[in-house]
Amino acid sequence: MSFVLVQVIVGGLLLGAVYALFSSGLTLVWGMMNIVNFAHGDFVMLGMYVAYVVYTLMGGGPLLGAPLATLVLATLGVVVYFALIRDIMKGPMLAQILGTFGLALLLRYSVFWWFGANFLSMPQNIVGGTFAVAGLRIEASRLLAGVVALLVTLGLHLLLTRTSLGSRMLAVAEDATAAQLMGIRPDTMQAIAWAIAAGATGLAGALIANFFYIVPTVGETLGIVAFVTVSLGGFGSVPGALVAGLLIGVIESLSGYLIGAIYKDIIVYVLFLFFLWFRPQGLMGKM
Amino acid sequence: MTLKHVSGLLCAAAMSFGLASGAQAQDKVVKIGAILPMSGGTASIGAHAKAALEVAMDIINNAHPELGNLPLAKNAGLAGLGGARIEVVFADNQGNPATGQNQALRLITEDKVAAVFGSYQSGVTLTSSAIAEKYGIPFLNSESVAANLTERGFKWFFRTTPIATDFAKIYTDFLADMKATGAKTDAIALVHDNTEYGTSVANTISTAFKDKGQPIALDVAYPVNATDVQGQVLQLKDKKPDVIIMISYTSDAILFAKTMQSLDYKPAILLADDAGYSDPSFIKAVGKISQGVFNRSSWAVGPSGSPSAIIADMYKKKSGEEMDDTVGRQMQGFFVLADAIDRAGSTDPAKIQAALKATDLKPEQLMMGYKGVKFDDKGQNVLASGLIIQLQDGENYVSVWPKANAEKAPTLPYRGW
Repeated sequence: MSFVLVQVIVGGLLLGAVYALFSSGLTLVWGMMNIVNFAHGDFVMLGMYVAYVVYTLMGGGPLLGAPLATLVLATLGVVVYFALIRDIMKGPMLAQILGTFGLALLLRYSVFWWFGANFLSMPQNIVGGTFAVAGLRIEASRLLAGVVALLVTLGLHLLLTRTSLGSRMLAVAEDATAAQLMGIRPDTMQAIAWAIAAGATGLAGALIANFFYIVPTVGETLGIVAFVTVSLGGFGSVPGALVAGLLIGVIESLSGYLIGAIYKDIIVYVLFLFFLWFRPQGLMGKM
Repeated sequence: MTLKHVSGLLCAAAMSFGLASGAQAQDKVVKIGAILPMSGGTASIGAHAKAALEVAMDIINNAHPELGNLPLAKNAGLAGLGGARIEVVFADNQGNPATGQNQALRLITEDKVAAVFGSYQSGVTLTSSAIAEKYGIPFLNSESVAANLTERGFKWFFRTTPIATDFAKIYTDFLADMKATGAKTDAIALVHDNTEYGTSVANTISTAFKDKGQPIALDVAYPVNATDVQGQVLQLKDKKPDVIIMISYTSDAILFAKTMQSLDYKPAILLADDAGYSDPSFIKAVGKISQGVFNRSSWAVGPSGSPSAIIADMYKKKSGEEMDDTVGRQMQGFFVLADAIDRAGSTDPAKIQAALKATDLKPEQLMMGYKGVKFDDKGQNVLASGLIIQLQDGENYVSVWPKANAEKAPTLPYRGW
């Protein structure tokens, strides 16, 4: 195997880990309450802007930007849940789609109005460098994002399967009325789910900001990838999103390098549709 | 809808102002529709263009004797229409050809604009100008470079900017000069997106080099607004071309710069075809890691106190940005259109069309470094021209070629970061 090919695969894996990272919040919200959050890409975008503001105004690097973005977005997640989601959940599917889509536009154009349409970029910081391992070039910021993606996926998985909070959340997801009869407040559980999902998304944004450009419309570019990752991985499955993200990352990189970049989306989507034909619930989703 | 309300309010405000001050000329307004990318991936371009057109409106609608020979600057309003004011109705094309087409239809049928101006992306200009052609409304394009736009036999389409064929010639001549000074320019790679702009400009450049007996060695196409370009950069790193010509909008241009740094790849010569590389936010975001990139331009700020320097200053006050080639070409195109309406002395489309056809502006009447403005039968400005600039310090472009217009000598190889 040629050396460049190894670099392509490593790049693809790191890219895939990032895809997985920003998809985990979307899959969690779906798993918990069957809502597709169309504002998801714009949550990523907000996380990027929080990181940027932290860096430029307070001089704090990703070590400060990442936790702050998590906190800000988690708070926003709770606010969004009580102000919007709680009510539209009771409505028809169309209300959910339009509600979160409206939220996406609101967030996007608020940032537009405040920051303007210019492209921003994080200045060089402690994770800005690149190091070479056996001749392979690995970007520190992507590696950090990749490691955090693994940790977040693992953390969310443990939370849902090993803790009592996780059990209560899953109970609400299974049957909210029954859970309520057992003394679990669905409202609280779902608000917590939104806080975790939005927080993870904010964290993803803050880490992606280290190697991607920042612009109010970046959510459009990244959002689509999140939807594909989540549907391939299985709606609601956090580990599924990780595996799917890595798969998509590697397939994109390989086909982009070997066949040509304008064909890579065709290849990804053909494989995607072909796969869903055999397994419509996704890699790890439940029927 | 909102835009319509706002413009309605503006009209009402303008009218009441006219009544209150008793000045009859004040309430005469000539509406021009401007279709620009105000949202989507190139929204920064739309925001800059809006500021530029607002400065242009200020220059036309108010007296600016300090701007010398620039047509319409000296007195307030359009003298040919009794001092009427120009008003721009802005429309968002979202960077989308279908939206651009709808907006053209709306501007023409609902806002009843006298002429249409736009639409930045060649692909959007292609569709929106077809609507203007159908309705017989003059369409002035100032910045789309796809050669085929003026090859459609349109009667209402006029373009002031130099186009892909002009620049392809500049690139071949420039690289021949560089080769004469000892640089290696044998293997050329084209990197371009899959939009109308990317594919048509790549074709034109590739043909120009082929005609010179030097076929393009590598063609790297990628989908616009890419999430990742590692594969493409590695492809380049693998094939090691001597020269890379980049044909990209801002988002992808930034991503390429970042990815080239992270994968530690520098070609000896990196030559950009305007677009993203002229966006001030590109320079702010990744200028420092793109030192030595060549670009094309028709804009030079000129000595302080000169009309171009004064306009650059006005623009900076309005937008907070430095003037760049793209907004410069847009303002210039807008002045050409306003000048034609002024000479037409009417908002009748046929009269404006005739005035545009009769346009003959001299270099001293322009803010851009064109040799003049004069349209051929196809509506293309035959006197448009440009030069090569270089981002030597990572902060400001300086003109480096041809020698007669150069502020500094070109430096090789590409430094990057």
